[in-house]
Amino acid sequence: MGKENIRALFILTLCLGIFPLFIRSDYYLSIMIFIGINAITVMGLSLLMGYAGQISLGHAAFIGIGAYCSGVLTVKFGFSIFIAFLCGLFLSAIMAMAIAIPTLKLKGHYLAVATLGFGEIIYIIFNELLGITGGPSGLSGIPPIHFLGYSFKGGVRYFYLVWAVAILLLIFSLNIIHSRIGRALRAVHGSEIAAEAMGVNVSQFKIQVFVLSALYASVAGSLYAHFVTFISPPTFGLFVSILLLMMVVMGGGGSIWGALLGAGILTILPEYLRAFKDFDILVYGIILMAILLFMPEGILKGLTVLVKWIKRE
Amino acid sequence: MSLFSQILQFLFTGLTIGSIYSMVGLGFNIIYNATTVLNLAQGEFVMFGGLIMVFLTAVLKLPLWVGFPLAVIAVTGIGALFERFAIHPLRNASLLTLIITTIAASILFRGIAMFIWGKDPYSLPPFTPGAPVMIGGAVIMLQTFWVLGTAVAIVILMALFFGKTIVGKAMSACSFNPMAASLMGIHVRKMVLFSFALSAALGAVAGIVITPISLMDYDRGPMLAVKGFCAAVLGGLGVGYGAVLGGFIVGILESLTAGLIHSGFKDAVALVILLFILCFKPSGIFGSEEVSKIKKF
Amino acid sequence: MTFPLLEASRLRKFFGGLMAVADLSFTVMPGQIKAIIGPNGAGKTTLFNIITGIFPPTGGTIRFKGKEINGKKPHRIAQKGISRTFQTVELFGNMTVLENVMVGRHIRSKMGLIQSGLRLPGVKREERSILETAREKLDLVGLIQKANEPASGLPLGERKILEVARALATDPELILLDEPAAGLNETEMLRIAEIIRKIRKSGMTVLLVEHHMDLVMDISDEIVVLNYGQKIAEGPPEEVKKDQKVIDAYLGVEIEYA
Repeated sequence: MGKENIRALFILTLCLGIFPLFIRSDYYLSIMIFIGINAITVMGLSLLMGYAGQISLGHAAFIGIGAYCSGVLTVKFGFSIFIAFLCGLFLSAIMAMAIAIPTLKLKGHYLAVATLGFGEIIYIIFNELLGITGGPSGLSGIPPIHFLGYSFKGGVRYFYLVWAVAILLLIFSLNIIHSRIGRALRAVHGSEIAAEAMGVNVSQFKIQVFVLSALYASVAGSLYAHFVTFISPPTFGLFVSILLLMMVVMGGGGSIWGALLGAGILTILPEYLRAFKDFDILVYGIILMAILLFMPEGILKGLTVLVKWIKRE
Repeated sequence: MSLFSQILQFLFTGLTIGSIYSMVGLGFNIIYNATTVLNLAQGEFVMFGGLIMVFLTAVLKLPLWVGFPLAVIAVTGIGALFERFAIHPLRNASLLTLIITTIAASILFRGIAMFIWGKDPYSLPPFTPGAPVMIGGAVIMLQTFWVLGTAVAIVILMALFFGKTIVGKAMSACSFNPMAASLMGIHVRKMVLFSFALSAALGAVAGIVITPISLMDYDRGPMLAVKGFCAAVLGGLGVGYGAVLGGFIVGILESLTAGLIHSGFKDAVALVILLFILCFKPSGIFGSEEVSKIKKF
Repeated sequence: MTFPLLEASRLRKFFGGLMAVADLSFTVMPGQIKAIIGPNGAGKTTLFNIITGIFPPTGGTIRFKGKEINGKKPHRIAQKGISRTFQTVELFGNMTVLENVMVGRHIRSKMGLIQSGLRLPGVKREERSILETAREKLDLVGLIQKANEPASGLPLGERKILEVARALATDPELILLDEPAAGLNETEMLRIAEIIRKIRKSGMTVLLVEHHMDLVMDISDEIVVLNYGQKIAEGPPEEVKKDQKVIDAYLGVEIEYA
């Protein structure tokens, strides 16, 4: 996957590995856990949007499917955590195919709008299926994860769990990017007609990458559910879908590292803004605009340019 | 109230809110036609229209006929500033980045509104005081006629503007081929600025006329934007009068659903319509398939 | 007796009321360089699009190595051994020169999503082979020194050459070149002609659409002339050059001087 990527992976793993040794506060650990969970979703979205050039404005729905499957099946039906998790993956995959197949032919705006519509419909289902999901009042009592007697309760353990999954998925993603599959995806983005002429089954690839990105989101959703133990529909609505989109695009559209950076920054930002009380939305808006205006190609590109400029001075 | 009267009631409610969706949709189309950008801050123009009007009449105690144009001008100014400082600098960025910029602007506008007006909803007195009218057993507020009348007036004005005036035709030319338009002497930059200003004005008008009926708060924008957008797509993205018809259809179906089926589904109606259209005719009622393929995004 | 590699029989294509291709039949023999010429709008690119599966013909058949391919999807046709370039040069602007050619190896490789993601043993080997073959093709067309540059940065002539390299990477039996010389200067045209000769020497069959008569007359074994979607002549360059119907089509009807 290239020396640079391996080096970056190594540094990231190292930093994450020693993080809980220095920061023990549950608050900061949970922020890092949320960043990790968002990072997982955003990696899948990056493959879909940055590399394959598609778009999804309803991705929070897949996080929700993962979360509610894990939650509902363990709480209401006594499924084991692992089976519930697998059900989440399965359902997300089915729904992703259900969306991808008819919308395949749609381009740009229309595809975006279709995914938006899908996301909203899933949100409404979460809200209205009172008997199963608990509706607007949410679902509580989701059990923490335990595996062979070892319980993943508590900040530090969950931190390692989430980031272990995230790093593994990152390695998986980087492998895909630097393979014939990754090139095929980028070819679809570059020119569908040429990709098809070179033997790439464009329709199949679009469906596959969409399903894959839905699976990532489902994993994130399950991890989220077992961490917060209480879930409710607004967490999986349009606002979150758009936020995820912003993480990918503002972080650095065409790069998975950019997406991770975006996830980090846009997860921390709202926490940081709590202090502003009535100003919080205002400051948030100002910061977002500033990022877009000064770093239109994404924060990653913006920072690398900045670093180069500093080196030159 | 007989079923007929009920349905008539829902129809009027639907037409009323549909007028707003129409105007939001029109605003979408105007900007989309000039730039292919989807302005997701469109709803905030409506919000500002209503709230600024409240400020002018309730705080500065200006009379209605003075406040109305002033509020519209103020929001038009906001739209123009938005274009100059946020859209124009990013004109070479990817379309997705531009759309996200409008989202960020929507957040910023909401932040400003929350800062100034807080989270409470505000009201305006109806344009003409008086008791509601009874039509066929349905109770219709007088303001409803103002809303409908304004919508009709706007539609006629826009039709004249885009169809008959040079500026209007120039704006249409820009969307299809900015390079060619530029070579023909059309100042594309000005057209883009103008499209934002015009859309903002439309939004403001909508906000002002609807506030006496349904109040206005800082957070009203996004929902209006989504539904106005559905209206625009339903009618055919980029086709002016399409958004108008689309807006009314969405409004009426929404009102009928809320009244006859279940109010919880109200907000879903617009989206269900959207998905429906995308399945069968993505280019919308009046859109043409070939045209929607030519447009880049 | 050798069998035709590609055989078009009574091909018809209507777009609404417009007849783009009408009752067209011709063959391409293995190892040939065959050119299709004709005034603008004669239906040449439509023909290419039918052969490569972008849309099906309204009537008639296309046979490749004896089997019908009309109506098949483009990626299937690529798998069968037909590759092409585009009149409008459809490069992958988001990738480097080398990566563009590597995509050409897609159908000659097989590692899937899971295998690639897990980096199973075969992947590394396959990647190396893809890289080598891609570099080989770039070397063949003379672009190897620009391998790591972004494809979008190349001048037009080199972009067209890159497209040829990419098409060659699929190891096709038949390669379709859609106006390879359009927009090129003298030097670039000689380079293209040289590459086409190299292609034929390696055993591939070439079918090209072209407007530049010098190039066509120089390298083709046979020429098919289209006008208004119909074949008006087929044969070696010297014959076609003298065919009255061809002259009329290009120049209009001659005026008799008293």
